[in-house]
Amino acid sequence: MGFMDFFKKKNDSGAMAKDRLKLVLITDRANCSSDVMENIKNDIIKVISKYMEIDAEGLDIQITQTESDGSNGTVPALFANIPIKEMRNGTKAQ
Amino acid sequence: MSEVIVVTSGKGGVGKTTTSANVGTGLAKLDKKVVLIDTDIGLRNLDVVMGLENRIVYNLVDVVEGNCRIKQALIKDKRYPNLCLLPSAQTRDKSSVSEEQMLDLISKLREEFDYIILDCPAGIEQGFKNAIAGADRAIVVTTPEMSALRDADRIIGLLNASNITRQDLIVNRLRADMVKRGDMMAVEDVVELLAIKLIGVVPDDEKIVISTNQGEPLVGSNTPAGKAYMNVCYRIMGEEVEFEDFSKNGVFSKIAGIFKKN
Repeated sequence: MGFMDFFKKKNDSGAMAKDRLKLVLITDRANCSSDVMENIKNDIIKVISKYMEIDAEGLDIQITQTESDGSNGTVPALFANIPIKEMRNGTKAQ
Repeated sequence: MSEVIVVTSGKGGVGKTTTSANVGTGLAKLDKKVVLIDTDIGLRNLDVVMGLENRIVYNLVDVVEGNCRIKQALIKDKRYPNLCLLPSAQTRDKSSVSEEQMLDLISKLREEFDYIILDCPAGIEQGFKNAIAGADRAIVVTTPEMSALRDADRIIGLLNASNITRQDLIVNRLRADMVKRGDMMAVEDVVELLAIKLIGVVPDDEKIVISTNQGEPLVGSNTPAGKAYMNVCYRIMGEEVEFEDFSKNGVFSKIAGIFKKN
């Protein structure tokens, strides 16, 4: 720990608690266990794989909060980051 | 018109009983007719916090089972003629009372009292369900700690599911010195996270322990917590009272103030 770190300790654990709690509350409120998340992930892979080849390893889904358009405040949202390897041939033809 | 308020928190030990005792006593001091109901069957404590433990004859379970009339079980507080306590049973459990029985009891008490304050047990099981069954509104008590806040958030969800949408928040045991140095979440942070209306901020005050030792709620006394609880009572009654700024009362800020002047 550097000399200045000693003085920089301000705003430490309180802010940390708030950040941690934000994430905890999002998952609590969404009522999503890790099992459910895993199932969602597998189903998404199944559906998307019909149309394109995706990188299942690199797929990342999570529940976060986002500003809602209409009502006030934030709402939970499902974010999925799905890397595409290749479009399946013939998809367009159908 | 009477109002039924449940004091709840999810987590234990955050100050539900202390809040119930002080809010009930404070409203009685403001000439309201108040009954406090301890719904924590098996772990009763509101009687000792109120200093009325030696006067219990009948209890909540006796009333719902018809062993006595409601009037016989109500303990009149001699210090405040408008204030009554319906104590809980110590040797029974939460399943001794049902939600229907609570609704029935509350509808009878509504005729007599302006405010019916329900001290809810910790947890989200039958005891919680009984306590919220007949409530018009809820006071959610929390401390600025992660575990208490997480449980409070869960309680807010369950209250919403039960259509108790009038929810007010008390942030209890706030330590201004710790907030100042960044080691405790500030009231604004707590309100932002839980997103319900703030009705009171009660500072951590050792006078609370002393008042519990004496069995005399400190609401209305010239102490930080006593003033804070009195303000909660005014706000419950719908009056606008400015929120106290506890950061100004600390020793630290006094010293800082001296330096500022120079």
